[in-house]
Amino acid sequence: MRTPIAYFLLLSAILFALGSASVLLRRNALRIFMGVELQLNAVNLSLVAFSRLHLELDGQVLAFFSMVVAAAEVVVGLAIIVAVFRRTGTTDVDRADVLRG
Amino acid sequence: MDLPWLTLVIVAPLVGVPVLAAWRTISDEAARWVGFGATLVAFVVSLGMLLDFETGEAGFQLVSKHPWVESAGLSWFLGVDGFSVWLVMVTTFMFPIAVAASWRIDHQVRRYMAVALFLETVILGAFLSLDLLLFFLFFEALLFPMYYIVGVWGSKRRIYAATKFLLYTMFGSAFLLVGILWLYIESGKQLGAATFDLTALEQLQLPTGAGRWLFLAFFIGFAVKVPVWPLHTWLPDAHTEAPTKGSVVLAAILLKTGPYGMLRFNLDLFPEASRFFADAIMLLAVVGIVYGAIVAMMQSDIKRLIAYSSVSHMGLIVLGIFAFSAESMDGAVMQMVNHGLSTGMLFLVFGMLYERTHTREIADLGGIVQVTPWLAGAYVVAMLSSIGLPGLNNFVGEFLVLLGTFSVDRVLASIAILGVILSAIYMLWSYQRTFQGPAKERWGRLPDLSWREGAIVAPIVVVMLWIGLHPAPILERLRPTSEQVSERVRTVQVGEAVEPLTEASGAEGAEP
Amino acid sequence: MIDLIGLAIAIPLLAAGVNMLAGVRLGRYAGWFATAAMVASFAVVLGALLDLLSMPAAERSHVVAAAEWIRAGAATVSIDLRVDPLSITMAMVVTGVGSLIHLYAIGYMEHDPRPGRFFGYMNLFCAFMLALVLANDFLLLYLGWEGVGLCSYLLIGFWSDRPEAARAAKKAFITTRVGDVMLLLGLFVVWTHFGSFDFDTVLGGEGTLPEIATGTATAISLLMLGGAVGKSAQLPLHVWLPDAMAGPTPVSALIHAATMVTAGVYLVVRTHVLFEISEVALTVVAVVGLAGALYAGFASLGQYDMKRALAYSTMSQLGFMFLAAGLGYYAIAMSLLVAHAFYKALLFLTSGNVMHGLHDEIDVRRLGGLRRDMPLTAALFAGGALALSGLPPFSGFFTKDTILELASHDGDVYAYVLGSLGALVSAWYVARLFFTAFIGDRRYEGRAHEASPVMQAPLVVLAIGALFAGLVLAATPEGRLATFLEPVLGPIVEGHAGPSTGVLVAISVVVTLLGIGIAWRLYRPSQVERWVSFPEREPGMAGVLGHAFYLDDLYAWIVSAVGLRGAAALEWFDRTVVDGVVNGVGRLAVWAAGLAPIWQSGKVRRYALSFLAGGVALLVFAVVRV
Repeated sequence: MRTPIAYFLLLSAILFALGSASVLLRRNALRIFMGVELQLNAVNLSLVAFSRLHLELDGQVLAFFSMVVAAAEVVVGLAIIVAVFRRTGTTDVDRADVLRG
Repeated sequence: MDLPWLTLVIVAPLVGVPVLAAWRTISDEAARWVGFGATLVAFVVSLGMLLDFETGEAGFQLVSKHPWVESAGLSWFLGVDGFSVWLVMVTTFMFPIAVAASWRIDHQVRRYMAVALFLETVILGAFLSLDLLLFFLFFEALLFPMYYIVGVWGSKRRIYAATKFLLYTMFGSAFLLVGILWLYIESGKQLGAATFDLTALEQLQLPTGAGRWLFLAFFIGFAVKVPVWPLHTWLPDAHTEAPTKGSVVLAAILLKTGPYGMLRFNLDLFPEASRFFADAIMLLAVVGIVYGAIVAMMQSDIKRLIAYSSVSHMGLIVLGIFAFSAESMDGAVMQMVNHGLSTGMLFLVFGMLYERTHTREIADLGGIVQVTPWLAGAYVVAMLSSIGLPGLNNFVGEFLVLLGTFSVDRVLASIAILGVILSAIYMLWSYQRTFQGPAKERWGRLPDLSWREGAIVAPIVVVMLWIGLHPAPILERLRPTSEQVSERVRTVQVGEAVEPLTEASGAEGAEP
Repeated sequence: MIDLIGLAIAIPLLAAGVNMLAGVRLGRYAGWFATAAMVASFAVVLGALLDLLSMPAAERSHVVAAAEWIRAGAATVSIDLRVDPLSITMAMVVTGVGSLIHLYAIGYMEHDPRPGRFFGYMNLFCAFMLALVLANDFLLLYLGWEGVGLCSYLLIGFWSDRPEAARAAKKAFITTRVGDVMLLLGLFVVWTHFGSFDFDTVLGGEGTLPEIATGTATAISLLMLGGAVGKSAQLPLHVWLPDAMAGPTPVSALIHAATMVTAGVYLVVRTHVLFEISEVALTVVAVVGLAGALYAGFASLGQYDMKRALAYSTMSQLGFMFLAAGLGYYAIAMSLLVAHAFYKALLFLTSGNVMHGLHDEIDVRRLGGLRRDMPLTAALFAGGALALSGLPPFSGFFTKDTILELASHDGDVYAYVLGSLGALVSAWYVARLFFTAFIGDRRYEGRAHEASPVMQAPLVVLAIGALFAGLVLAATPEGRLATFLEPVLGPIVEGHAGPSTGVLVAISVVVTLLGIGIAWRLYRPSQVERWVSFPEREPGMAGVLGHAFYLDDLYAWIVSAVGLRGAAALEWFDRTVVDGVVNGVGRLAVWAAGLAPIWQSGKVRRYALSFLAGGVALLVFAVVRV
């Protein structure tokens, strides 16, 4: 018997909510980053789940893409965070607001 | 010879750019020579084009057409007719002079020359393009080198002036772009394949209302550039703050893209709307002539005065275009060339004086003529040309415009002719205050024209006299085109749908 | 020589180019060079004249093709020169008197540092003037017309370090340009009506009249008269001429007495066909002329500056020429033009002698008794004055008084009576100048030195011409000049009204003697105190005459009060309103842009929240739509 899709989606939603909360509430850039990763993977989970439901591979392919992009994003993002940390001595995103209009 | 003259003309100034770009350690002197040489090459190439130009032909010649971005209907489509050939000539003629006149610039010479060459290419492109999108690209692209020239090498309020210039003209171009795109879409519907090709777009059957709206969109785009009163206030600022070369190019060439656009696109694409709006536009032009002259009279800054005199003279050109008689159109194109020469020379000679005195205020000057008689003499020649003395170039154009207009609308021509008196007033009055009178102590030691400066001024004087005394070579190449355009516009009745241009498309059938 | 008439223009033109560009090298020889060019030009014109005289009267009209000038649409303008009695008469005056004045100027300008420029301009002037009179079409005429205006501008302002010279030059150019614009408009009407500028087409050929409605002819004639009035300094565009005396005296003699100012008369005479068709225009010409003659005559009486007095005299004499033309006696107008060229050039140049000998002193209140220091000059001035005043048998009598005589014969009482009053005033003002400046006691310091031979020689020639030109050329209304001009201007038709010629001559002599008598009574040596103190005793009268009825002051007031203020207001409008709107739009955009940064806080988490809110909103939207 197949696990109902609803379970997957529920798990995905919970993960996404946790990730979002982490992005919105944390001030440390690294933690925000982790939250973003969590959100991405939540979406990946639902992609794979739908793929399974419809018996098509598109969702899984897209999940792979998403993972690759996420990996690239981690590299760039971490580099930025390191650069910001070196320059300002902090990873608090609220203090990196020089782009304020 | 069967050379692609037009492409060569456009590309010619660019030959200097790679040199300037690659050779980073080039000395300032060498950079100047590279710039000057490249503009000279362009002039020589344009002479070749002129030799291959067929006198007596009305349509486009030396056409070169290559698809560029086919999916978008964009093509590298160039051609000259009696109108554009002279604008190209005045451009290539004035550019070496303008470059030579900026010899004294010693701040980022390499970049300055590169920008100048790019500017020449872009202006030539605008005069030669027969593809609307291509034209628009050139027309827009010429703003940026100009923006740089004013903004980087200008005087005190240069940033303000450059920004105003850029934003104001971009504002006009926005309307132009919308108009072009509308035509593009319309051509897709009517001709099967969407295109920016001017000769194809002439065949469009536009509903009267749409034609008029499109006319206005194009007109505003060009009117800012002319500038037509009351859209003129960017001009005095830009002229005043620009370095000499910038003023020369701006006055002599750049302004001409406006009336050229009207002549080429507004009249060709929207003859009915042209007639419909002609009275209103002629009125604006006449207001501009008188208004510009009166405001020029009250300026205390010579460059602003010359700038307002441009407003007045450009009004005359627009008047000539929208009077639609062959004479007035001849006159308008002549006047585009002439205004380039005479106002260009005014800025040039005043620039030479400015290099010596570093003031533009009339009140600061005075008694210059005793100290530097040759420089004053050069200024007088430019001034006389500008006020339309017969025997010098401006008279021919002014006379033809007024004559052509007079046969169409006596009242407007009679008002416009006031400009002849007013121009004498503001020019002679300012000359009296700046050059004549008792010699001032502080200007006692100004050097007179150097040989280099004399060599810059002399060719313009020669051309002025030549045009003033023997304009036939210009007029006979101009006439077929202006007759054709005037004929096309005049046969259209206001309120009547426009017939396609060529017989091939079966004009007489005229199905609704 | 007729075919070579182009040389008459080309030689001075070339000489002008040489003198202007290389005058520094020529140095003191510039004047001789320029004079030689003028003499050569005179020889060409003389040759053409002799050729004309050798032909039968009916064949004396020739067109010499030169080149094409402007061709556009249907308008073709070629540079053709016209050699006929009228143009040759004018050309003779220009080159003949011109040569003499050039010669004089060599002496007069000997201390000037830039003779090359001066003589270059003078030659250029003659070239343009010849183009004007030899033109066979209106456009070339207009080229010459504007060209002489330019040279007049350059020469009045020749001593440009003097502010009054610079101002006068500008005023002359602008005032005449008002007239020029009317002429230009007239040309436009000509072109719209005839489609040509050619004299033969517009003015009709031999015996044929141009086909033109009276109204159109009136429009063209009046517009041309507008141009003529500006150039010939007639009411109401005369204000520039007295000020123009700020230029060097040879310039005043050549341009502002003998030649350029007569261009207006020439234009009216040349286009008289159109004026006659219109009739109204012809009357206007006569009225303008008569009014100018009287106005300027009285104004001359109020001047203490000799050259200004002579300038008003010129205007007055030109008024007589217009009167003659307006009454239809074109040939007589031309006779007066020729005679006037001689005697007015002579008068100006003798006053130039005075200036030259007395360090530019020209105010008659500080002259007096000059005949002792400058006997020859005094005699020459007297000759000029006699010629002008109209005593027989001198030129003025045969020309000016012929006009009055013909007017009387035609029954034109107003013209006769007012014209005679003008003649009286003419005799009065010119005698006044002679009495105040040349006789009595010296009122100047030191001694005046008599002019050099190079200046006196041309004056003697001019004096002979001034005294006897009338007798030789126009002893009767059908005199030699009138006969010569007849193929172009038609015969003089004499009426038979009023008193006989003998009576009129007697009246005219009496009138002239009366004028001289009044002058003697008022300005004789014993009366010096009285006339010098006249302005104190009669400030009103002296002001009216001295300021020429305050017309110039009225114009100046209009220009400054209305013109300049209006222009300043417009400039303010441009700066604050037109440009204000532009800058206002800019400011509005900047202000609107100022609102945007509220969103852009730089806080990453706030961005993220907006992001999320946006996502949720999209989601909700999608769900609701489904």
